[in-house]
Amino acid sequence: MELTVLYFARLREAMGRAREVVVVPAAVQTLGQLRAWLVGRGEPWARAFAEVQPVRAALDQAVAPDEAPLHEGAEIAFFPPVTGG
Amino acid sequence: MADSRCAIEIRVQEADFDPGAELEALREAQTGAVVSFVGIARDLSDGFDVERIVLEHYPGMTERALQEIAEQAGRRWEVRRICIIHRHGTLRPRDRIVWVGVSSTHRDPAFDACRYVIDYLKTGAPFWKRESGRAGTRWVDAKESDDRARERWAAPDG
Repeated sequence: MELTVLYFARLREAMGRAREVVVVPAAVQTLGQLRAWLVGRGEPWARAFAEVQPVRAALDQAVAPDEAPLHEGAEIAFFPPVTGG
Repeated sequence: MADSRCAIEIRVQEADFDPGAELEALREAQTGAVVSFVGIARDLSDGFDVERIVLEHYPGMTERALQEIAEQAGRRWEVRRICIIHRHGTLRPRDRIVWVGVSSTHRDPAFDACRYVIDYLKTGAPFWKRESGRAGTRWVDAKESDDRARERWAAPDG
């Protein structure tokens, strides 16, 4: 499954990238599993997710929980709590 | 249940906006009340002397989130129009950041819907502020008071 992953704000800085395309193994089926898989890749993902907490996630541009199922071509974003307005 | 088909306008832009012109645009037939909120960039933020603010956002999700918040307000209150303008990019203290304008036949729904929109926007729209000043640069932390402001609307009567 190919996914586009976006990072914002402090997390984007910690990752050193705003966007990446990843191909995940079949065992990665949910948002939470994607995050764990990214952390398992080592640096910079492990340190960035450890440093920046809490982290929220969006699936296809809507906030989604860890259990949300992924699909081919999905757009996932990870980011700190929002501070607009 | 209020009319969910109120007119909604969402603008996410770097440019400033003209509050006078936005108010005028909401003054039309069958409108008895216009309530607006303007958010301003502060020069002092939790003791941090701010010279510059960079507002990052998530293009695409930002517009969707603002649209969804406005639609929720339109379903909950009898309002005619809701306009949300949110700026991004580099801002300086005293710059306008956000506009919420709501019109209705009578004042109560406009007051409530306007406050609902800004309370939900603070915790639900994907914007992030980074402040710079003589002391350095820092990302603004989310405030618990903003979560509480939103939670007040969870009560059945608002």
